[in-house]
Amino acid sequence: MSATSDPLRDVGGLPAGGPGSGIPALVSDPLARARPANLWRDTLGNIFRQRSAIVGAFLLTVLVLTAVFAPVIATHNPNQPLLGREQGVIKRSPPCVHALGCPTTKPQHILGVDGNFRDVFSRVVYGARVSLAIGFAAIGFAIVVGSIIGMIAGFVGGWTDNVLMRLMDVILAFPSLLLAIAIVTAAGPSLVNALLAIGIVSVPIYARVVRSSVLAAREADYVTASRALGESGIGILLRRIMPNSLTPLVVQGTLGIGGAVLEIAALTFVGVTGSLDVPEWGSMISIESQQLFNAPHVILAPGLAITLTVLAFNLLGDGLRDALDPRLNR
Amino acid sequence: MTRFIIRRLLVTIPVLFGLVFLVFVLARVVPGDPCRAVLGERATDAVCDAFIVRYGLDQPIPVQFGIYLGQLAQGDLGTSIKHSRPVTQLLIERLPTTVELSVLALIFAIVIGVPLGIASAIRRNSPIDVGAMVTANLGVSMPVFVLGLFLQFIFALLLKNTFLALPASGRLSAGVSVEPLVEVWGMTGTTGIVRGILDFFSGIYTFSAAITGQWGAWLDAVRHLILPAIALGTIPLAIIARITRSSLLETLGQDYVRTARAKGLRERWVVIRHATRNALLPVVTVVGLQFGALFSGAVLTESTFNLAGVGRTLFEAISGRDYVVIQGFILIVAVAYVVVNLIVDISYGYLDPRIRPQ
Repeated sequence: MSATSDPLRDVGGLPAGGPGSGIPALVSDPLARARPANLWRDTLGNIFRQRSAIVGAFLLTVLVLTAVFAPVIATHNPNQPLLGREQGVIKRSPPCVHALGCPTTKPQHILGVDGNFRDVFSRVVYGARVSLAIGFAAIGFAIVVGSIIGMIAGFVGGWTDNVLMRLMDVILAFPSLLLAIAIVTAAGPSLVNALLAIGIVSVPIYARVVRSSVLAAREADYVTASRALGESGIGILLRRIMPNSLTPLVVQGTLGIGGAVLEIAALTFVGVTGSLDVPEWGSMISIESQQLFNAPHVILAPGLAITLTVLAFNLLGDGLRDALDPRLNR
Repeated sequence: MTRFIIRRLLVTIPVLFGLVFLVFVLARVVPGDPCRAVLGERATDAVCDAFIVRYGLDQPIPVQFGIYLGQLAQGDLGTSIKHSRPVTQLLIERLPTTVELSVLALIFAIVIGVPLGIASAIRRNSPIDVGAMVTANLGVSMPVFVLGLFLQFIFALLLKNTFLALPASGRLSAGVSVEPLVEVWGMTGTTGIVRGILDFFSGIYTFSAAITGQWGAWLDAVRHLILPAIALGTIPLAIIARITRSSLLETLGQDYVRTARAKGLRERWVVIRHATRNALLPVVTVVGLQFGALFSGAVLTESTFNLAGVGRTLFEAISGRDYVVIQGFILIVAVAYVVVNLIVDISYGYLDPRIRPQ
């Protein structure tokens, strides 16, 4: 068979010969000359075609920058009462910005002062650190534990699967906030325990996501091929099956962090975490919740901060889902 | 159908058993001495020993669990350590508040959420759609208690002297009361289950005041419920609107919808009869799933609006280490959750003939 009559090469109508060699290539892939597909570039392109993802990513960037540069952005020490340190400071005084016409005789506080003579703006800025750190850590914990449970359940199958999944059902049958309250009460009031509680109640979601990807991939031909090539069970699980769960985990995790930020605010709002020595949005609202009618700014400011943070994760998560799910690509 | 229901019920038994066990264990690992939590820090050792024996807390935990299961089988949820009253009685008192609030919140969510989702889907990418979806996104992102406080701020303070003013907390105004059914109907002598049921329905003020014609009290109760129901219903509303929208968009692209249009049916008829009916299936699932979330929200709504419902009672029981109340209330909540999911599963059959069990 001469090189010129190679049907595979004729299809593409491409010049004969492998790169840099006189030997004709057996198969010169016609598709290879098309624009090479780049997984990362395509994915990013897809993500940034989603309006909600752009808005979410923007909000999140602002939030992360706020958290990282909190000491630069904050105008005051978030924990220090200003009584006796600043002239003319009034308890729960409303926002005062000199540039917007507030008399310069009064001290400037962008979002006002709280009931302990502390600057609300600085507390809201530092609060971003706590909420983001807890959100990421709690969901990180849930993803790791949930993935392990889901992998075992899906890969081993049988009664192990049954027991593990029924256990997950039991956790899901609880109203999650009450379970979290109960765990924090049992483990002792602290932010770390609140983080763990939120992590624990979120585990079932990730266990289910991973299990269903494992089940779907377990019988696939490429897995059978790996097994035939002598790859170990763990190797198959981690290298061949797990990459399939990455997309749903990323999407679910992004939405989950938003949920975790809501839950941590709820836990500190009901007060199970005890008194905190760091500025945290939920507890800021909780402490001042009786002051709604005479000093609304001390509640509205952290309330808006929580809402914007959760909104950022929800928008990004929705955008990621639309971008990463090939079935939805139009 | 009966066989399907029975099979579904059998599947839920291990889950319920696991739940009872988990609650039992969790309630017992809560640190702290229940005796001193209830009787005060200065209770003497002798008093505490008697207290512990009285509530069976000296028995090994497996024995306690066995005793508890035995009581449960007889429909006895135990006696609250803190209130010294049967848990069932507490439930009859507190459950109506939560049921009333949750039902109203869910009705609000469905009545507004479904049409909003339909409107968004029909006028895709129009200002209505964009506006509705932005609102829905904000709705799911706002904590219940923040929304509750915002609403109080607007309706109880900013609109204070207008006709839109609404009360910020409680179930009834001072001086207003709803006469219980047993008194209105002259049945004060009844006891047992009948009395329990009557008292339970008396506690649902908007219901009992309406059927006994106490319209003044009814209006007052409704006015008190509006803000909490909006606060609690907003997250489900947003989720329902989004699901309705995406589900209807998918259905509108189906072949049978094209056929219906090709037949020359009016667009409104196509959307309502052919598309929406089929698009509502996932919405039903979501409504069922929202029930659990609704309950988490109820804890926060009840503490924001100062309502003595199940959520707040449970929260107080957890911090007061009242094991018996924790167990009883969680069990009821979980049973309710399981029952709601069962109803959802059964309703599928009616909505979608393809999955109707033979």
